[in-house]
Amino acid sequence: MGQRIIVIPAYNEERTIAEVVGSAVKFADRVVVVDDGSRDQTGALAKEAGAVVVRHAVNRGVGAALGTGIEAAVRLGADTVVTMDADGQHRAEDAGRVFDRLAQGDVDFVIGSRMKRGDEPGNMPAHRVLFNTIGNLLTFMLFGVWVTDSQSGMRGLSHKAAHTIELRTNGMESLSEFLKEMKDKHWKMAEVPIKAIYTDYSMSKGQNFFVGVKVALKLIFRRFIG
Amino acid sequence: MQAIQIVLVCFAVFAMSRVLIRFRRGGMRGFELFLWLVFWIAVVVVALHPSTTDLLAQWLGVGRGVDTAMYLSLLVIFYLLFRAFGKMEDLDRQLTRVVRANALREMEEDLAAEKSQQKN
Repeated sequence: MGQRIIVIPAYNEERTIAEVVGSAVKFADRVVVVDDGSRDQTGALAKEAGAVVVRHAVNRGVGAALGTGIEAAVRLGADTVVTMDADGQHRAEDAGRVFDRLAQGDVDFVIGSRMKRGDEPGNMPAHRVLFNTIGNLLTFMLFGVWVTDSQSGMRGLSHKAAHTIELRTNGMESLSEFLKEMKDKHWKMAEVPIKAIYTDYSMSKGQNFFVGVKVALKLIFRRFIG
Repeated sequence: MQAIQIVLVCFAVFAMSRVLIRFRRGGMRGFELFLWLVFWIAVVVVALHPSTTDLLAQWLGVGRGVDTAMYLSLLVIFYLLFRAFGKMEDLDRQLTRVVRANALREMEEDLAAEKSQQKN
């Protein structure tokens, strides 16, 4: 079996990054942290915890960081790539489940869905469910792809997907852009239920209403013009 | 002559001088220079003889000349805004490419350095 690499985009996450990397290394052969121009100790702490750190000289947004991380993973010889958030909202064992799903070999793209009920009940706060549903609807209208959690930061890419993905947007809107890529490149997709850990910290880091509106506008721009 | 006419003419002359300076420094192509000069000369003509816009208004089927000028300037502003937005997106992407290329090169250099350290 080829290398399993976890990619974590991180921007000013010194409070959580060491713990996140520490648990991620148990479920992957390598962990790549993209330090997206942080002004704190994110990069140093990630390296100490065992990650390969790729550093953006200036902050470019989560989409750009994901693009860099996936490219780095490919250069490091990744067979499959799973992305996860740096704020501690994802459980590393869920990344393991996404890898396992990819290892079955019948899909190119896996979304770790916080909205899909598995053996454990979902625990997303109500207003997040609402934003997420709007995100899903918008993603469907713009790109014609229906998923239960279009804004999930936990995604898995097969060897083929990791080698061919091209992300053009820089910010949060790239999460929906993954789905456009999936559709354009005819990747087969699966969703794996995951459980998110909502702490005050991870809630403060996520998308708020205005970020959501900005993301929506950029997606529309990307769909029709960009 | 009304005060607004003096202000408009002075501003147009100032704008044209900026355009010419940019052109001479090589920051602008000949065609762009031409378009901007035509635009600012048109502003001067309209400022000095507002009735010229009535001709255009008649031709376009808009009631008053001044309204026509307003509509057209709004159109121009929206177009420029749209272009500036698109340009910014382009720059954004290009900047990401540069930042990414640098980051990946540094990663590979770091890894190579670590490897050679381990060998020693």
